[in-house]
Amino acid sequence: MKILVCISHVPDTTSKINFTENDSKFDSNGVQFVINPYDEFALTRAMWFKEKQGASVTVVNVGSSATEPTLRKALAIGADDAIRVNAEPLDGFFVAKQLAEVAKNGSYDLVLAGKESIDYNGGMVPGMMSAILDCNFVTACVGLEIEGSSATITREIDGGKETLSADLPLVIGGQKGLVEEKDLRIPNMRGIMMARKKPLNIVEPVDFEPTTTTVSFEKPEAKGACTMIDAGNLDELISLLHNEAKVI
Amino acid sequence: MSVLVYAESSEGKYKKVAFEATSYGKQVADQLGVDLHVLTIGGENPSELGAYGASNIISVNNVTNNSDAKVVANVIKETANNKGATVIIIDSSANGLSITPLVAVNLNAGLATNVVAVPSSTTPFVVKRKAFSNKAFNSTQISSDVKVIGLAKNSFGILENKVEASVESFDATIISSGITSTSLDKSTGTVTIADAETVVSGGRGLKGPENWGMIEELATVLGAATACSKPVSDLGWRPHNEHVGQTGKPVSSNLYIAIGISGAIQHLAGINASKVKVVINTDPEAPFFKAADYGIVGDAFEVVPSLIEKLKAFKAQNA
Repeated sequence: MKILVCISHVPDTTSKINFTENDSKFDSNGVQFVINPYDEFALTRAMWFKEKQGASVTVVNVGSSATEPTLRKALAIGADDAIRVNAEPLDGFFVAKQLAEVAKNGSYDLVLAGKESIDYNGGMVPGMMSAILDCNFVTACVGLEIEGSSATITREIDGGKETLSADLPLVIGGQKGLVEEKDLRIPNMRGIMMARKKPLNIVEPVDFEPTTTTVSFEKPEAKGACTMIDAGNLDELISLLHNEAKVI
Repeated sequence: MSVLVYAESSEGKYKKVAFEATSYGKQVADQLGVDLHVLTIGGENPSELGAYGASNIISVNNVTNNSDAKVVANVIKETANNKGATVIIIDSSANGLSITPLVAVNLNAGLATNVVAVPSSTTPFVVKRKAFSNKAFNSTQISSDVKVIGLAKNSFGILENKVEASVESFDATIISSGITSTSLDKSTGTVTIADAETVVSGGRGLKGPENWGMIEELATVLGAATACSKPVSDLGWRPHNEHVGQTGKPVSSNLYIAIGISGAIQHLAGINASKVKVVINTDPEAPFFKAADYGIVGDAFEVVPSLIEKLKAFKAQNA
């Protein structure tokens, strides 16, 4: 089984988000970049398929050379090889188009990605890839087993879970549950050394005109001060929630 | 030209998100000066949508496999083409989120998801959306002829706007599906985090899973869903589907009550979209107090039981 894991290079979850150039660009100054947490669950599940079922695992990212440390980290975790599509990720449709091209050229059986990235939160790339490739698609996936060419998938739905069966090829949008938090791996020294020698192939993008552009960014309005209420005066809290906030 | 809203139903019933998407679609259609069409698949009482401005309703009843996004996306595409829709609006229910990107590819349309407001301008077409896991917004310009919008939950709100609704039944083309649903596990009787008006959330300050009784009781009194912070779900005190925060479930309820949660930046990102936040914590320096609207410095084991009693009395009085 050939698995392609899509890796987004995103600001660490603890990052303070700032913008520059008149709020038109994300300010990456002082920001630590990591593997998108949702993608990390997908990658860790892919490692399980590699170790238990002999799958091969390729990681892919659309980005400039600045994203290579993130791909190397995925290699250090255990992926076999990496592909970087040499282009700025202009919008979700553009990225999906590039990734679909890589998936098609490599004839992968399974494409795993996080259900969304924690930067733009578009939640669109896996679904768009599946539509471009015309293959099966399940997102918000919290469980995945593969037997031969068929998959058993558990996904979150509103108010519960649903189990599905589907044939490969398949695109999955994953999240926690695919593996647990404790299963996530920190690369060890041997992994890091080996990652240096693993292939990281650079491919040029296919032509595709982006259909959206970010005009400007803004931060949420600064919040007013918190109204402090004495622990012995809960009637006041109830009265404020009822009369002022009107939420009870 | 027209605007098409897909109003999701579950077991024949509409959820809040369907009414919100319809309310939003009505406003966008008015702004563009075009007709609004609302598509519903398997809804039992489509004319209900008329209360939110849906005058033209297209009711499709021949879809049997709602679990395959591809099948539903094709029905939306077909309807959009039939009605000459240039703006397609889809809600953020679990199925909505899964269908939206497929519809955009099918219609070769630019897509903006997580949208929180009507277009700030229609030429060029610019919408505001949430980004960086609620830490920021960005204004996105969609430049394609056909545009797809994924509407964020509880962002625009539900606007009553009663109109005479005409319902047209339509047999959609059903494409073959490679996905079969084999089992469904839905919790019944409890409010889900996604749908809840109020969410009561507990953190590590509660010391152990055995202390969740009071959280559940407070939630019951308020008709709320229960949730928890990431450490609590990582420790296995509560199930993962209760984890709210940046990498857990997003919360956009009207009222969010955090008990024994310090308010790490990742947690705050996930619950930021909630309208009113109440925090109960023993530590007056907890970062959550900076993000909250109402704060109580106190021991949850004293405050919560007392709050439950007082709320019961309040509810009895205001029933």
